[in-house]
Amino acid sequence: MSANHDGTTLLEVRGLTKIFGTLTACDHVDLNIAKGEIHALLGENGAGKSTLVKMLFGSLEPNSGEIFWNGQAVRITSPGAAKKLGIGMVFQHFSLFEALTAAENIALSLDDGSPISSIAAKARALSYSYGLPLDPESLVGDLSVGERQRIEIIRCLLQTPQLIILDEPTSVLTPQEADKLFETLERLRSEGKSILYISHRLEEVKRICDRATVLRHGKVVGHCNPRQETASSLARMMVGNEVKAVVRAPAEGIETAPALLDIRALTRKPATPFSIPLKNINLRVRAGEVIGIAGVAGNGQGEFFESVSGEVLQQDAGSVRIRGKDAGGLTITGRRLMGAAFVPEERLGHGAAPRMKLSENLLLSRHATDGKAFVGSGGMVKSSAVYSAAQRIIEAMDVRKSAPDPEAAALSGGNLQKFIVGRELDRRPSVMVVNQPTWGVDAGAAAHIRQALIELARSGSAVLVISQDLDELFEISDAIAVMHNGELSKPLPIAEATFEKIGLLMGGAEPGHAEHTLETA
Amino acid sequence: MDITVNILLTIATAATPLLIAAIGELVVERSGVLNLGVEGMMIMGAVGGFGAGYLTGSPWIGLLAAVAMGAVFSLLFAVMTLSLATNQVATGLSLTLLGLGLSGMMGTSFVGQPGERLPNLDIPGLTSIPVVGRLLFGQDPIFYISIALTAAVMWFLFKTRTGLTLRSIGDSHTSAHALGIKVIRYRYLSVIFGGACAGLAGGHLSLVYTPQWVENMTAGRGWIALALVVFASWRPWRVLAGAYIFGAVWIGQLHAQAFGIPVPSQLLSSLPYLATVVVLVLISRNKRLTMMNTPASLGQPFVPDR
Repeated sequence: MSANHDGTTLLEVRGLTKIFGTLTACDHVDLNIAKGEIHALLGENGAGKSTLVKMLFGSLEPNSGEIFWNGQAVRITSPGAAKKLGIGMVFQHFSLFEALTAAENIALSLDDGSPISSIAAKARALSYSYGLPLDPESLVGDLSVGERQRIEIIRCLLQTPQLIILDEPTSVLTPQEADKLFETLERLRSEGKSILYISHRLEEVKRICDRATVLRHGKVVGHCNPRQETASSLARMMVGNEVKAVVRAPAEGIETAPALLDIRALTRKPATPFSIPLKNINLRVRAGEVIGIAGVAGNGQGEFFESVSGEVLQQDAGSVRIRGKDAGGLTITGRRLMGAAFVPEERLGHGAAPRMKLSENLLLSRHATDGKAFVGSGGMVKSSAVYSAAQRIIEAMDVRKSAPDPEAAALSGGNLQKFIVGRELDRRPSVMVVNQPTWGVDAGAAAHIRQALIELARSGSAVLVISQDLDELFEISDAIAVMHNGELSKPLPIAEATFEKIGLLMGGAEPGHAEHTLETA
Repeated sequence: MDITVNILLTIATAATPLLIAAIGELVVERSGVLNLGVEGMMIMGAVGGFGAGYLTGSPWIGLLAAVAMGAVFSLLFAVMTLSLATNQVATGLSLTLLGLGLSGMMGTSFVGQPGERLPNLDIPGLTSIPVVGRLLFGQDPIFYISIALTAAVMWFLFKTRTGLTLRSIGDSHTSAHALGIKVIRYRYLSVIFGGACAGLAGGHLSLVYTPQWVENMTAGRGWIALALVVFASWRPWRVLAGAYIFGAVWIGQLHAQAFGIPVPSQLLSSLPYLATVVVLVLISRNKRLTMMNTPASLGQPFVPDR
């Protein structure tokens, strides 16, 4: 049965449903992709986009529903079967092998037995013809995230797919790299290929997509033509209600305020062959301000956070100073005792112990700084004090949960992140360093966290935020610095910062050079 | 001169079982599986090889039985860790304990019995060449197999597409699965290959090294093979170098003890371990190369979403 198949529909999905335990991740989803269109799949984190795509690519099996390919009912039982049909996929978290070369990575996904050298030549030719230059001999572990994405795209194109699925492709790119990607996608569309474009960035969806399907809580809530919608009408469809805008009161008198976090000539050798060295980083964060650090993932942000938080100690104790005192030789606990607080990037396993209760997680990170409140005489834990502190944080941050004191892993990503940020805020730290505060967090929770960070700064603390999300940094920062290849640019005051300037710095342009190209452009 | 040749021959005999077991484990670990049951598979190969040789009177049948015994025994590990996704470390350790116990039970009637020995190679005209003749053309058949096996594994891993696929699974099984590679099937075959090699190494002990059955006769060689793989940073030629350094120092210290030099024998006995570790650490100083050759998904169970 292939109702209304008129030869223009490439893929049709009817009533696709996937249930994990008690959660219905995809609930009777209908989707319809025409030949030669760029179709957007919109939705918040946890709306079911990834689950839907995994079913289309054969890595998850649907509980019910039908998939039609060129009018024929098909069952896609494995990624191999999807490739045979002509479905290619560019993953969000790349599925590349770091220890192998680009050419070897490409060869692995092609089934023909042709020698690596001929595959390398083909890949090189194709990459240049699409304006995505690629060196097939280079080791993936050495490449930037943007270059890795090129390998994924070239690898996908070499399989000559009819449908290409891109999962959040621009989340790891500079604005300029994203422009380049859009050109490639438009060229593919003109060649008659279909593209399923998954994103939560509304502006780019409006810019390149012909149609959009919007998912919310696993259900399709609407189909639309994104060009006829506004960003806010799309956001309403995605979120279901209005999201409270973040308010940033002007910071006053921060020029004369003391620098509570002072980083001087911070340098670090690479710990592993694939990690980034830090090169002479200087940064001051004053009382009352929020400084943002932008940058493409993998340019040294992780190494920088480890150094500032004390996960890795510095040889020069003066390279990290907290409230005017050298802290470079102190451990995390030592720095916490000086009034600093840190929120790492990974929620589960780094920010919180997954199988421990929220109150236990609270005790783990604060037993040293709040020793008197939480630990009584003889080293006995005051469970009730810890429990009530956890409840205070849960209330302040509006953490939604199913039990009074659940395990960390039982919370959704957004709610756990609210708890972890709240745990640190509750101490009223005078220095707060956060890495990716709202990664994978839904819009409502993200706005809550951002507002809380701004308010902490305005109450007299120094706040440093490392983020890949430029929108977020523009929303909360008083100045933005850019990290590229282990070097940190001078912070640009928010009034002078634009997406173009920051984007050029993210791509590695010299600050002076960046302004020059803008003027001549 | 004859003494030198004899010493060299004993070194090769000491190194061969280590080399074979380690090369097998190297393939297993390159596919991302950590099988700590080498010692157990080896002793099963030893008892199986001896038993078959003793009962049939043919050391060649014993050789085949040793290989088969190791492979079948490793299948147990494969089913547990790959199909049932049990913890690889715990399962490997129990495989070793099971192998040591089971082989002791199976071998009770073999204790003290004379075994069959695999004959050394003897090519008229070549083997009798002074010095090199016996070294190149007069050793036991498993010695030649071990060298050929090392070369074949090197070629397979780094020159063939299947070898590339195997290495990719060891680097990231989730990525490999996303590309449609049959991760579990590759790992099954790798584990069975590793088991067959460990069995062969055990067979070398009971059919060549000391053609008799003694309980626990592997005496920790399986563990040394495991360590060699790691210290050689998963590269075949380094495993070969490591096995021979170990063998050389082992034989050297035995001679030193026999001469009665005034060094505590405990210290001498520990020399082979120290020397091997020092040399292999020195040659793997290049961190970048080590990193590239370390299977990143080693020891992690793979359970695809469904």
